[in-house]
Amino acid sequence: MDGVKLHAFWASPFSARVIWALKIKGIPFEHIEEDLPNKSALLLQYNPVHKKIPVLVHGPRPVCESMVIVEYLEETWPQHPLLPTDPHKRAVARFWVKFIEDKSPNVWMVYRTVGEEQEKARRDSSEMLSILEEHGPNKGKKFFGGDSINIVDIAFGGVALWMGAMEEVSGCKMFDAAKLPRLNAWIANFKSSPVIAENLPDRGKLCDHLARLREKRLSSSTSK
Amino acid sequence: MAGEENRVVLHGTRVSLYSARVELALKVKGIEYELVEEDLMNKSEALLRFNPVHKKVPVLVHNGKPIAESLVIIEYIDENWKEGPRLLPQDPYERAKVRFWAGFLHQQLFEATASVIKTDGESQERAVKEVHEKLKMLEEGIKGSYPGGSPFVNGDNMGLLDIVVCSLFGPHKVQEEVLGVKFLDPEKHPRVTSWVKALNELPLVKEVTPPHEKLVGALQCFRNRALESAAA
Repeated sequence: MDGVKLHAFWASPFSARVIWALKIKGIPFEHIEEDLPNKSALLLQYNPVHKKIPVLVHGPRPVCESMVIVEYLEETWPQHPLLPTDPHKRAVARFWVKFIEDKSPNVWMVYRTVGEEQEKARRDSSEMLSILEEHGPNKGKKFFGGDSINIVDIAFGGVALWMGAMEEVSGCKMFDAAKLPRLNAWIANFKSSPVIAENLPDRGKLCDHLARLREKRLSSSTSK
Repeated sequence: MAGEENRVVLHGTRVSLYSARVELALKVKGIEYELVEEDLMNKSEALLRFNPVHKKVPVLVHNGKPIAESLVIIEYIDENWKEGPRLLPQDPYERAKVRFWAGFLHQQLFEATASVIKTDGESQERAVKEVHEKLKMLEEGIKGSYPGGSPFVNGDNMGLLDIVVCSLFGPHKVQEEVLGVKFLDPEKHPRVTSWVKALNELPLVKEVTPPHEKLVGALQCFRNRALESAAA
């Protein structure tokens, strides 16, 4: 079978999602670490639309967008499935993946902004979390996928496990553990799962990196 | 649930482009369904119960079980009814291409188009520029990803990607009339323009498209409400 390469970045939650899927499925791959201020010519050629990581290259074929990649992995390597077989249950899982994709940019906005803009993003992020707490398909279960991690866990993991660092760096709290007991328990379960625990960036290193980026972004926007 | 066996009900409305997508998918597959026409200003209790998270159309209810989100519904339709024309290709890489472009259209182009609808003056000019830039990316991308001759990227019948483009730019004449702005330019976007034209000529598409004046009224109303609330 054709080889698999992944253009990734250590601090990116999006490339983490793909790494988790690859490792859970036991798919061998070559990790190509991109230096994001200096994107490789190959990356720009493989992802001309967004010019972003992650990009999975299977043989000669590039696949872009983290959750599109995860579905591609699921369909090409069916072992250790990340989606149920029943069509309705698959639709429910995809609904939640879409929900997370639509609402999670608010989390990045909290980290990227200040003042009123940040406050609005914080409120919207909290609302996303409340909805997941109340309606999420993980009631009484260890993961959104039941006993094992599924595509919803992977999608949300990329958001939830970066939220703490973003809160620390921006000084803005989004996750109220007292109001989100189910999600809080989910985070503990997810983080302690071996594949996830072994494939997370160092928290201190991540916070330093995010703090530097935030400062750069805020100072360049005020100097306009 | 008794009486629900194989019953397919769509809670939607034809002035909603999202709801129209699902109707197109059902019609391509030849699935019999019941359309429960929702008044978006006065949503039914059933709709709110079936979609408590978003409280929006469309919601497909099959065998009494609800599914929301138009693109999720279309994938469900394709997976659950395996007979009949396919809405997505079989090959995983081709499926990834469809999902990538559907995502680009649904998130980026839709958002940019919505900005044009909801703004005026300089903000609107900026939004129009963004739509044109993204249309150019779509033009290049579709030419590269689908160099074949068929106007539909799915082959002989409309597929998910055709449905998404049709829902967004099918009503371009309505958009031009209400906004005084042209999105599709046959010289800058020849492939996308001819694709949309071919889609609009399909009997299936004509069946689910409300009359021009009705769509103009609905879009004008939507724009007025958005401009009022922005000014408030």
